Amino acid sequence: MSTVSGTAPFHLDDDQREIAAMARQFADDRIAPGAVEWDEEKHLPVDVLREAAELGLGAIYCDEEFGGSGMTRLDSALIFEALGTGCPTIAAYTSIHNMATWMIDTFGDDEQRAKWIPGLASMETLGAYCLTEAGAGSDAAGLATTARLDGDHYVLNGAKQFISGAGVAGVYVIMARTGDKGPKGITAFVVEDGTEGLSFGKQEHKMGWRAQPTASVNLDDCRVPVANRLGEEGGGFRIAMAGLDGGRLNIAACSMGGAQSALEKTIQYVGEREQFGQPIGRFQSIQFSIADMATELEMARTFLWRAASALDAKDPDKTRLCAMAKRTVTDITIEVADKALQLHGGYGYLSEYGLEKIVRDLRAHQIIEGTNEVMRVIVARDIMGRV
Amino acid sequence: MTKIVVLVKEVPDAAVQKQVDSSTGRLDRSGEKTLNPFDTHAIEAALQLKESGALDVDEVVAVTVGPSSAVKALHKAVSLGADRSIHLTDDALVGSDVVGTGYALAELIKRESPDLVLAGQQSDDGQSYAVGAAVAEYLGWPGLTQVIKLDVDGQTLTCERQAEYGYDTVKVTLPAVISVGDAINEPRYPSLKAIMGAKKKPLESLSLGDAEIDASKVGEAGRKAVWTGSQEPPAKAAGELIEDEDTAETVEKIVAWLDDRKLI
Repeated sequence: MSTVSGTAPFHLDDDQREIAAMARQFADDRIAPGAVEWDEEKHLPVDVLREAAELGLGAIYCDEEFGGSGMTRLDSALIFEALGTGCPTIAAYTSIHNMATWMIDTFGDDEQRAKWIPGLASMETLGAYCLTEAGAGSDAAGLATTARLDGDHYVLNGAKQFISGAGVAGVYVIMARTGDKGPKGITAFVVEDGTEGLSFGKQEHKMGWRAQPTASVNLDDCRVPVANRLGEEGGGFRIAMAGLDGGRLNIAACSMGGAQSALEKTIQYVGEREQFGQPIGRFQSIQFSIADMATELEMARTFLWRAASALDAKDPDKTRLCAMAKRTVTDITIEVADKALQLHGGYGYLSEYGLEKIVRDLRAHQIIEGTNEVMRVIVARDIMGRV
Repeated sequence: MTKIVVLVKEVPDAAVQKQVDSSTGRLDRSGEKTLNPFDTHAIEAALQLKESGALDVDEVVAVTVGPSSAVKALHKAVSLGADRSIHLTDDALVGSDVVGTGYALAELIKRESPDLVLAGQQSDDGQSYAVGAAVAEYLGWPGLTQVIKLDVDGQTLTCERQAEYGYDTVKVTLPAVISVGDAINEPRYPSLKAIMGAKKKPLESLSLGDAEIDASKVGEAGRKAVWTGSQEPPAKAAGELIEDEDTAETVEKIVAWLDDRKLI
């Protein structure tokens, strides 16, 4: 188990430990054995995702009313870390699906929730979240996709970039502009696969995150029923922002898992690999490296839990803490993963050992859900004000 | 209607280094604990009998004898799908040997009068492999161990059990006590909801007095097995490494090695 029980206030209760243990067991049995192959074949294992969803992992922090599991963000961090030990990419896609599902569950009306949540919770329908555009990433307020009201439909036009799950998802939560320039003009829509005018670009070739599809989502006079509008007109920016705090924790947690797994593989490797007549783990330089890796990870994990607890408690500092956690956890974890690769020597560089894949996957986490530079912008604004 | 009792046990987590406390001769059970992994196969077997309709099961009851912390093992058992659980806990039980434990479990089982008792074939700590058999003896029911396949026809179970060489196929009539091997099934994972709901399922906590169990037959008072000492197992001879340079030659070497030892 990667998650220790801890002592108050850094304490996990019995249920949380069981939850983490279950997710870890699932990752060990069902995800880790396929991870390298899925990466090579660019294969999203939907069957495995649906198995995970049977255990409640498709709508982890959604309300139980329409099929969610009703977990907290701290619980979710434990789950995504555990899944991430199997494969950070599969864990990250599961987290993105969960975020899109949570948006519909939280901001949708009962009719919308009843319509979409059961399918999303079972992952019979996969979810995707579409905010980023060619000219608008973290500066969401500048997004250019438009939605024009026409009778009982909105007509959407524009293109969304870097969309995880594009082409395989059944439900897309899309941010589009219904009003003036600026944040108040943005509205959220649920667009189902198969809607006329919805199409996808070619699958992107990526350094990592290869087991999940990434493509552009194109909207070409895409007619979406008014009933698919999520929340009020102009309420989209608020929904987008609300999703980000949790999305950042999720990505950080997936990184924790990747690095934890890299550390575990390394501890085993240095105990077995012999040079100069003894296992290399007997050399103090190796021991110190392992000690530092474990210490850095424990620091990162402790801070991740703190930020997750702040989000659960609706702490006024939650956005800053989540941004801090995303930045620091994803920076620490890739360093640990890179160190793990180094300690594996030439084997670390070979695909079959899985180390280089973890490094490639975790590299994405310094970029997505807002780059780590943008995290610093958020933190600086929060503590300094807009100087 | 059929009732299944599943015997479960709290054991040290597999990651915990196990040690015998030389002053008491008992296993040091401090540290992280978990539900005995073999018992999860017994629970799964019970659930499969219920869900497949092979038996008309209306209730699966998890039963344990153990310290107060063993409640967690029962929570795990009901999170996996048992309907309720029974916990026998009493200071007088400390130090029970296999026969004493078997007696106490048998008394608990009599209170429930189930049609079938399932158990894991061994515990991950004591590893006696014998508790199921002791329970069967006390109940006067047929007992089968190391069962890896169960087929039901009315009140008759056809069981395949792992024997030293190959498999035995044995028919028993219910009621019976069956301890299962880990090859019998793939235990399911508990869902998030099942984990969160585990504490809401009925859990009956009993002392020896509550269960009308004779305290002189259990614990230190009733034990017949006495620990006298321990020693390291003899070190294994180093294995022989055969480098695979020419596969045909390697195969020949392996065959010759096996042949020398009359293994083929």
